[in-house]
Amino acid sequence: MAISILERIRDFFTEEEKKESGSSNVAKERLQFILVQDRIKLSPQQMEEMKAELIEVITRYVEVDKSKIDMDISREEEKMAMVANFPLKKQQK
Amino acid sequence: MEQGKAIVITSGKGGVGKTTTTANLGTALALLGKKVCLIDADIGLRNLDVVMGLENRIVYDLVDVVEEQCRLEQALIKDKRNEKLFLLPAAQTRDKDAVTEEQMQQMIGELKERMDYILVDSPAGIEQGFRNAIAGADKAIIITTPEVSAVRDADRIIGMVEAEGVHDPELIINRIRRDMVERGDMMNIDDMLEILAIEILGVIPEDEGIVVSTNRGEPIVLSNNHLAGKAFNNIARRLEGEEIPLMKLENNDSFLVKIKKFVGLN
Repeated sequence: MAISILERIRDFFTEEEKKESGSSNVAKERLQFILVQDRIKLSPQQMEEMKAELIEVITRYVEVDKSKIDMDISREEEKMAMVANFPLKKQQK
Repeated sequence: MEQGKAIVITSGKGGVGKTTTTANLGTALALLGKKVCLIDADIGLRNLDVVMGLENRIVYDLVDVVEEQCRLEQALIKDKRNEKLFLLPAAQTRDKDAVTEEQMQQMIGELKERMDYILVDSPAGIEQGFRNAIAGADKAIIITTPEVSAVRDADRIIGMVEAEGVHDPELIINRIRRDMVERGDMMNIDDMLEILAIEILGVIPEDEGIVVSTNRGEPIVLSNNHLAGKAFNNIARRLEGEEIPLMKLENNDSFLVKIKKFVGLN
């Protein structure tokens, strides 16, 4: 009995927190990732290959910080966009 | 008489409630005074007759009609509760290639002359059966449940429906559980609409009454005290052009209500 009341008190104060950490967020994130692949019809492996080729081309002209490259496909309303971020290495003068 | 409207009910993934939705929307529209024909397009795996409780009345089926073994009227089964509601059953002993898209189109065209609504229950999947089901449709309703796999397949089907020239499909989210959404363990309506970028037609709460109604072969819209039945009735009225807000499923309780619930006053 005492335990159940304690649990209820804890639940009461952690309700909002749980909402953030619940599995629905995981579901949503996984879905978004899966649908990007479905929609552009590229496998994760092909994505990696494309990324490697892009890096190769870009590094031919500029020096980039390879450890911080970030590529993503995002969807806003009905448009999809591939967003890539290639941070340049600081020029040493 | 004005031409009727043909609506295909489809999903991609199986088991999300296409047949239940077809039976209930059809019954609800007939209760509103509309003349409705339900078509079971799941050839080889017919089920709509069972959900409607009409399995003992089948003489002819959809394949008999397209093969001209009988006239269309002969194959239409009149519902036992509502004289404005009809069912065209699928063939059970044939497969999906027994019918072509052109044949479906022609048959639905004929039905549109004498019905207000034709609801086509699509088979699961993306093969010939699905293409037959959407062949004569003016509008598509996509059913999903709040699960990753079902929403993924819904996305795929939305693309295919639009590619077949049936534009602006609308979504029904079935079997949503308010308690799970509240504790963050089920995707909410907005999550799914954002991901699928589609208009919402309705939300059906999970309801044990569905199992009971299917056991009995009586659509749940016929009993008054079920949330799922009310949700289907709301959707039928939206199809008729009425503006009815979505059922409240999310918890918007104020702090005071939460405290009342906590101490057991509510």
